[in-house]
Amino acid sequence: MVEKAELQGWDINEMAQKVALDIPDGAYVNLGIGIPEKVAAFVPEGREVIYHTENGLLGMGKTPEAGKEDPELINAGKKAVTTIPGACFFHHADSFTMIRGKHIDVCVLGALQVAANGDLANWSTGEPGAIPAVGGAMDLVAGVKTIYVITRHTTKTGESKIVKQCSYPLTGKAVVNRIYTNLAVIDVRETGLFVRELAPGISFEYLQSQTEARLNP
Amino acid sequence: MINKLVSTVSEAVSGVFDGATIMIGGFGEAGSPIELIHALVDQGAKDLTIVSNNTGSGEVGLAALIAHKRVRKMICSFPRTANSTVFPELYKKGEIELELVPQGTLAERIRAGGAGIPAFYTPTSFGTPLAEGKETRIFDGVTYVMENAIKADFALVKARSADRYGNLIYNKTARNFGPIMCTAAKTTLVQVQHFVDLGDIDPEIVVTPGIFVQHVVVVENPADESKLVAENRRYPW
Repeated sequence: MVEKAELQGWDINEMAQKVALDIPDGAYVNLGIGIPEKVAAFVPEGREVIYHTENGLLGMGKTPEAGKEDPELINAGKKAVTTIPGACFFHHADSFTMIRGKHIDVCVLGALQVAANGDLANWSTGEPGAIPAVGGAMDLVAGVKTIYVITRHTTKTGESKIVKQCSYPLTGKAVVNRIYTNLAVIDVRETGLFVRELAPGISFEYLQSQTEARLNP
Repeated sequence: MINKLVSTVSEAVSGVFDGATIMIGGFGEAGSPIELIHALVDQGAKDLTIVSNNTGSGEVGLAALIAHKRVRKMICSFPRTANSTVFPELYKKGEIELELVPQGTLAERIRAGGAGIPAFYTPTSFGTPLAEGKETRIFDGVTYVMENAIKADFALVKARSADRYGNLIYNKTARNFGPIMCTAAKTTLVQVQHFVDLGDIDPEIVVTPGIFVQHVVVVENPADESKLVAENRRYPW
């Protein structure tokens, strides 16, 4: 079951490429830790996108070569990065002024669950005894103009991540604009979830069968 | 004459008292004032409330201070990081308190503390467990959560260069919480790699004006926290 699910639809790189194509030229973009970071590799030629990392850098460049890492030049995932010409550093209050003040155009995030109304849960499974940690996720979803979620359509155990109502603690209410999964690209509108594109070989009926929330074709 | 330079890290932290609230700069190891923290471990103040984005890694720096049971409460946004074991163990045993704050709200609470603003409204965290019990208010149809400023007795910050007035410049993403923490503490202690003459820092590029800094100490070659953690070092050595 799990094996089968992993083979369906687009792979992670294809999903990241779908996201990259939807980011316009000139956008200021914040990429979440993990899969969202892959989006940077697929920005089409001719588009100039500036990456923001909330620990205090606008104009984040590629990963440095091995041996050239600087422990004081890192991204929000605490990994070594580089700067592009024209980059700038700033403190945390300025960084979150960019976020909360709606100056960042697009944020791409992972998800545990997304609800039909755009509610996002991506910071905690709410397990008793677990140590809660939130970082900048709640600020990003509250402040960035467009929120894209990139995630597998179902969990490793086959449960739908696109749900009627999130059972995990929320990161933000009605904040997600579009969801990119291995099976489809889905728009979140005030009137519900609308399928924008289906992965090759995936029918709307099959997609609905893998989705707890109701979809509109 | 104004001269904020002190000669040793132990002299810098000598005034820290039991029960103090202390802001500690850094995002992970970037900007963490590890030598000042180690001096604080040696100094012995306890029952501390620490405001810092993370909780340290391995058993050096902030993690060492926590391991020595000096910290009563952590106010932070992300208490779990790679190699962070000390805080999780004490938290699970109920031996340390945690106030979890979204990262941008943490930054703004500190900024407000330094700016003389007692509280503010933010859209962040509305509708989530972190807004429970907090006052909310609607502006232009959007619901905002009220958050209180944070002020501290001390701030421990790492910067690249300082002059004797306490003007500071930082290094890359190690700047992070430093500038706002300097403004929000009664006594700000800064460790720098370079101590320069007045005028050597172009007034156009001063990041923290010296008015926000009380003491500066030079640590020419600060330890690389991740290397210490990789070598399983534990403070005190």
